[in-house]
Amino acid sequence: MIEMVTSIALPADETLFIKKQRIEPKKKNGGEKRISIVTGIHGDELEGQYVCFELARRIRRRMECLQGIVDIYPALNPLGIDSVTRGIPAFDLDMNRLFPGCQDGNMTEYLASRIIQDLSGSAVVLDIHASNIYLTEIPQIRVNELHERELVPLAAQTGVDFIWVHGASTVLESTLAYSLNSTGTPTLVVEMGVGMRITKSYGDQLVDGILHLMKKLGLWTGETTAVRKPVISKNPDDVAYLNAATGGIFVPAVKHWECLHKGQLIGRIIDPLSGTVVDEVAAPMDGILFTIREYPVVDEGSLIGRLLCKKACGERWEEESQLRI
Amino acid sequence: MLRAYLRKKSFGMEEKMKKIIVYDIKGLYRDNFRVTGYEFGEGEKAVCIVGSMRGNEVQQLYCCSQLVRKLKQMEAEGKLTKGQKILVIPCANPYSVNTQKRFWPVDNTDINRMFPGYSLGETTQRIAAGVFQEISEYRFGIQFTSFYMPGEFMPHVRMMSTGFEDTETAKQFGMPYVVLRQVRPYDTTTLNYNWQIWETQAFSMYTTTTTRVDKQSAREALRGILTFMQKQGILKYRGHDGYVSLVVKDVDMVPVRTGRAGLFDSLVEVGTEVERGQILARIMDAYEGEVIEELYAPVDGIVFFMHGEPLTYSNTAVFKLVVRTE
Repeated sequence: MIEMVTSIALPADETLFIKKQRIEPKKKNGGEKRISIVTGIHGDELEGQYVCFELARRIRRRMECLQGIVDIYPALNPLGIDSVTRGIPAFDLDMNRLFPGCQDGNMTEYLASRIIQDLSGSAVVLDIHASNIYLTEIPQIRVNELHERELVPLAAQTGVDFIWVHGASTVLESTLAYSLNSTGTPTLVVEMGVGMRITKSYGDQLVDGILHLMKKLGLWTGETTAVRKPVISKNPDDVAYLNAATGGIFVPAVKHWECLHKGQLIGRIIDPLSGTVVDEVAAPMDGILFTIREYPVVDEGSLIGRLLCKKACGERWEEESQLRI
Repeated sequence: MLRAYLRKKSFGMEEKMKKIIVYDIKGLYRDNFRVTGYEFGEGEKAVCIVGSMRGNEVQQLYCCSQLVRKLKQMEAEGKLTKGQKILVIPCANPYSVNTQKRFWPVDNTDINRMFPGYSLGETTQRIAAGVFQEISEYRFGIQFTSFYMPGEFMPHVRMMSTGFEDTETAKQFGMPYVVLRQVRPYDTTTLNYNWQIWETQAFSMYTTTTTRVDKQSAREALRGILTFMQKQGILKYRGHDGYVSLVVKDVDMVPVRTGRAGLFDSLVEVGTEVERGQILARIMDAYEGEVIEELYAPVDGIVFFMHGEPLTYSNTAVFKLVVRTE
């Protein structure tokens, strides 16, 4: 059933709708748990679109296995998605810096408050992001250290490759996930793939994981695929950030999620005008590249990648190394 | 840091202003990105003024250009106090100004959400770090800034309530209002906030406009800054003192919100004194021209902020009123 979360009139003969699809068991007892899948806060992140579609398709195929309520919100920022705009068009605002919003606030704050109101009370919320147009991410869940104890066990059931527990930051207090987590609705932030694209294999991996999580929470009785054991990093020193030393065009030399040895070439920054290599980006330590630059144009400082050190990868390092032989 | 020394004759005296490159990045196909500063005097870091940090902040750029012109003249006339250094950075983001984009051209990030910066981080974090390294340790910091919503303001000085703010000093600008802003989480990465945290007394200077030049409010801001510096003993300036500033908390302003979306037709201007019940604006149906809503003043007040676009969404605070008290 398609339901209206909120709506607001726009100036020229149009209404902005935020809609969700509710899928619920045919027979309800009134005490069903609810899982909410949200995506599209950033209009240029589309990986979650396929996840919403595929999850609904698989659930509908086995409705007899559904024991709880599934709410799917594919477009929290519909104007952004429709205009290839990351933020909210006209306001040039990052929607994920507006939460918890305000019922009496302006249009954007009002929408944010209605979204929070609708999501609150879910057993778990998955907020699916797709990095941005510049970087590709391996399927991962990012957890604020303040909510680590509650969220990491849930995240470990979702089939992502990596769980990154990061430090608290005042700026992040305006995100959807922080607002919900701090008011008792567990919310997992998924980052995977790249902006403006759909990576079907990642989407299928996450849908398998969501069904697995639903089964663990008692929302699903159907068969699920065994999920991989994620690498969990809690130490800031586990991750090396690779930033461009100079501007140019980045040409990668390795693949994403590849085991790298210290000194191994990750890519070159070239200057097509002079026909020269202006910098070579090398791995500063043994590790796995979980973020890699997708958009070739770089300025000095642009993020080229993130490397998770070998020690933090644990058994995964051996498994991935074997796969590459 | 690179320094180009400009020495030329002006009004028969030697001009000592130093034009410095505060931060630069090598460009690929564009000229190098440069943040240029103008230093007046030597010695104690007295006051730093920063202009446009977003590509559409043309008024902020204009205000700083007029300040540089004035300070050059005053230095040549020997009106700057010895041992006090003034730094003016008219623009911290020329790449965005020249492409008419509000934020950083490549990744759309906002330099004014990157402070205090990180020298090994991403591009705008590096710019923020490079600029902040140069502009911290000043006794006073003044930033010409803009609001995220398009609109016009009464000229004012704004400070954040960090616990370090000093409204009495802010009154020395002689601007009509001193506004105290309640800190939101996203404010913690702005220049103003970080200046204050790092013990620079920080003020944001708001003039009337952003994307177009408004000479009158620019003159007002310029006078305010020169008056402030005169009262702090940084220079000799014989202008009028301006206003006895009214200190207002942003949370105490009364918003007037639209209930409907459509064409916005304001019947008042920024600075207009209005009475409770007075009509402020009409919202018209964008297709049929009918008035679909009239907005009235809920209090006796002064129009402090006014929406600046011909269209409006619903729930939008198109006016903010400062309550008039007897």
